[in-house]
Amino acid sequence: MPALLEVKNLQVRVEEREILHGLTLTVNAGEVHAIMGPNGSGKSTLSHVIAGKPGYEVTGGEILFKGEDLLEMEADERAAKGVFLAFQYPVEIPGVATMTFLRTALNAQRKARGESEFSTPDFLKKVREVAASLNIPQDMLRRGVNVGFSGGEKKRNEVLQMALFQPSLCILDEMDSGLDIDALRIASEGVNALRSSERAMVVITHYQRLLNYIVPDHVHVMSKGRVVKTGGKELALELEASGYAQYEDVAA
Amino acid sequence: MAAVQETIDQVRLIDVDQYRYGFETLIESELAPKGLSEDIVRYISAKKNEPEWMLEWRLEAYRRWLTMEEPTWARVDYPKIDFQDLHYYSAPKKKSIASLDEIDPEILKTYEKLGIPLREVAMLEGVEPQPGDVDPNRRKIAVDAVFDSVSVATTFQAELKKAGVIFMPISEAIREHPELVKQYLGTVVPTSDNFYATLNSAVFSDGSFVYIPPGVKCPMELSTYFRINERNTGQFERTLIIADKGAYVSYLEGCTAPQRDENQLHAAVVELVTLDDAEIKYSTVQNWYPGNSEGKGGIYNFVTKRGDCRGNNSKISWTQVETGSAITWKYPSCILRGDNSRGEFYSIAISNGYQQVDSGTKMIHLGNNTTSRIISKGIAAGKSQNTYRGLVTAHRKAKNARNFTACDSLLIGDQCGAHTVPYIEAKNSSALFEHEATTSKISEDVLFYCVQRGLSQEEAVGLVVNGFVKDVLQQLPMEFAVEAQKLISISLEGSVG
Repeated sequence: MPALLEVKNLQVRVEEREILHGLTLTVNAGEVHAIMGPNGSGKSTLSHVIAGKPGYEVTGGEILFKGEDLLEMEADERAAKGVFLAFQYPVEIPGVATMTFLRTALNAQRKARGESEFSTPDFLKKVREVAASLNIPQDMLRRGVNVGFSGGEKKRNEVLQMALFQPSLCILDEMDSGLDIDALRIASEGVNALRSSERAMVVITHYQRLLNYIVPDHVHVMSKGRVVKTGGKELALELEASGYAQYEDVAA
Repeated sequence: MAAVQETIDQVRLIDVDQYRYGFETLIESELAPKGLSEDIVRYISAKKNEPEWMLEWRLEAYRRWLTMEEPTWARVDYPKIDFQDLHYYSAPKKKSIASLDEIDPEILKTYEKLGIPLREVAMLEGVEPQPGDVDPNRRKIAVDAVFDSVSVATTFQAELKKAGVIFMPISEAIREHPELVKQYLGTVVPTSDNFYATLNSAVFSDGSFVYIPPGVKCPMELSTYFRINERNTGQFERTLIIADKGAYVSYLEGCTAPQRDENQLHAAVVELVTLDDAEIKYSTVQNWYPGNSEGKGGIYNFVTKRGDCRGNNSKISWTQVETGSAITWKYPSCILRGDNSRGEFYSIAISNGYQQVDSGTKMIHLGNNTTSRIISKGIAAGKSQNTYRGLVTAHRKAKNARNFTACDSLLIGDQCGAHTVPYIEAKNSSALFEHEATTSKISEDVLFYCVQRGLSQEEAVGLVVNGFVKDVLQQLPMEFAVEAQKLISISLEGSVG
C-alpha cells in the first residue's frame, strides 16, 4: 500500500522566485506530522501547493496522494479525494449562511465521488451533533460564513468542516494563530477526536505550544524551503529551548 | 497570476454567447413602414382604434419630441440611433383572441421555451390551487402576455373582474375605461418628461393597465412577459397601474428577447399611482439580449419608471434584477407626495461582456414624515461598465424625511468598471439621509476557500454572488426569486477559469 502522501523533491516558484528547493516528505495514514520553522521557510507554500492554490509554479518533483499524481488534479478534485486544508485565516463569505455553505460543499464532494447527496434531515442531524461537540451555537450556523466570527469561532468552524467532510489528509496551517488558551484547547480537542488509523494530519506551526495539545508522531524542521531535520515529538521541545537559528546555517 | 488571466479570458465568453433565449418565432407580423412622422403616429392610433383624444395626446407628444435632444449625461456609449430607420409598430397578424385555443401555436411554443409553462401553463389550463395549498408554485398568477406589441392572451380576467380589479392591455383600457386612463395617464411621467418618455408617449404600442379599486387586495400576483420579436422594431411599452385608497397589488414583469445582430431600441414607460393607504409592489426580472461576445447587437433599454405615492400612508416598492440589454438606462423612482408615504428600491444589476448599465433611482421626498430605502447591488464582469446613479432629495417643506441608501459593487476580473454617482439634496434641516457604499473585488482567496471545500470555480462564483445579492433577492416574490437566482448563475457562467 502506498503512503498517504508522498512529496518528492518538490520545487516551487512564486513569481520567478524559488520558495521550495527540493522538499521531500512522506506521511502515512494514522500519523500526525508537525512542520515547524521560522517565517518564510516555506511552510504555508507547501500547504497551498498540496491543496492546489493557484499562483504557484511547480518546477520539479512530484506529489502523490494515495499513489495518484495530485498535481494533475484541480483543487476541488483534491478536496473530493480527501485533502483538507484548515486555513490560517479563514475567509468571510457574506450572505451565504454557514449551513448552506456546509451542505453545498459536502454535496459537491459527494457528487464528485459518485455518492448520493445527503438528505436534509440526515445532514442537519450530523451538523448539529458535530457543532455541539465543538461548542458551536446554532445561531452561528445561520450566520454568513465566518462573518463576524471571533478568531476562535473561525477556527472551530474549520474543525467543524473537517469533522463533516471526514478527509483522509488534514493540513492545519497555523491553527493556533490568534487563539487564546481556551479556544486553542477546544479546537485541539476537536482535532484530536478526528485522529484515526485511516487519517493523517500535517500540523504547521511556529510554536511548540500547539503540540502540547495535538501531540505529533513526527516533527520536521523547515528552513529556507527544505526539511532540514526530522525527529520525534521531543524535537519540538528542543526547538522551543534553542530556537531556529542553528538551522539557518544547515539550509544555507 | 494565472488564475486572474484565465478569469479575464473566460469572462469574454460569457452569457452573451450562451444566451439561452436567443430564438425567433416564425410568425407573420404586420409592420408599419420605417421611420417616424405624424402619419406613423396616426397609423398606430388607427390600428388601435383609438378615440380622438388619444390621438391628440400622441401627436402633442410627437411634436414635443421633435424639439428635444437625446440625453448624454449617462455613462453609456453607443453609436447614434437613427430614429428614422426603425419600425414603430408591429403586430402578430392574428389578433383579438377569445380563447387560448386560438393563440398561434408558435407563440405558445415561445413561452414554452422561456420556461414559462412550468407555472403558468398549469394556470392557463385551469389548475386551481386547492384550499390550504401553500406551494408557492401553485399560487395564482394572471398573465397579460405582451408578444411584440400586441397583447395576445389575457387570463384570469373573470376572477379579477369579480374583485373589481381591471387588468387589461392598455389599448383596451383606452377604449373601455377612458375616464380612468384620462385621469391618470401622463400624470406621473408627463409627455414632456424626457426624450425617451416623450417618444414613448407618441408611439407606444401596448402595455398593461391595472386598476385596483378602494380597499381591494388584488387576489393574485399580476404578471406580464415582454418579448421583442420583430427584427428592427422599436418596442414602446406603456404600463399604468393605479392602486386606489387602501388597495394592494403585486405586479411582476419579466423579459427575454431573441438573439439578433441589429440593435433594438426599447423605451418603455411605467407609471404607478398609489392613493391613501395603498401599496404597489413592482418586481422586474430583465433579461433582454445583451449582445454577443464582441459587444455586437443587443437591446438598448431606455426606460422611464416612476411611482407617485399620491396619498397619505401609501407605499411603492421597486425590485429589479437586471441581467440583460447592451445598454440599460433606467431609474425606477418614487415621488413621496403623501404624508408618511414610503418608497423602496431594491436592485441587482449584473453586467458582463460589453454591457453598459446606468441604473439607479430617485427618491423625491415632498410630504411630511416620508421614508425611503435604497439597496443596490451592482456586479460587473468582463469588459462591462456598471453605474449606480441615484438622487435622494427632500423638498424644503418636507419635514422629517428619512432615507437609507446602501450601494454595493462587486467586480469580477480587472477589465470592468463599477461607478457610484449619488446625488443627495436636503432642503429641510429635519431630513436624515444615510448613504453607505462599498466596492469589492471577488477575491481569489474567497474562491480558493470554496474550491478547497469541493466546489467548482463556477459553483464558487455563483455562491459568492448569490450571497452578495441576498438582501435584494429576498424582496422578490417567491416564484420570481427562484427564476432570478437561476438567471444570475446563467449570466455569470464561465466568468472564471
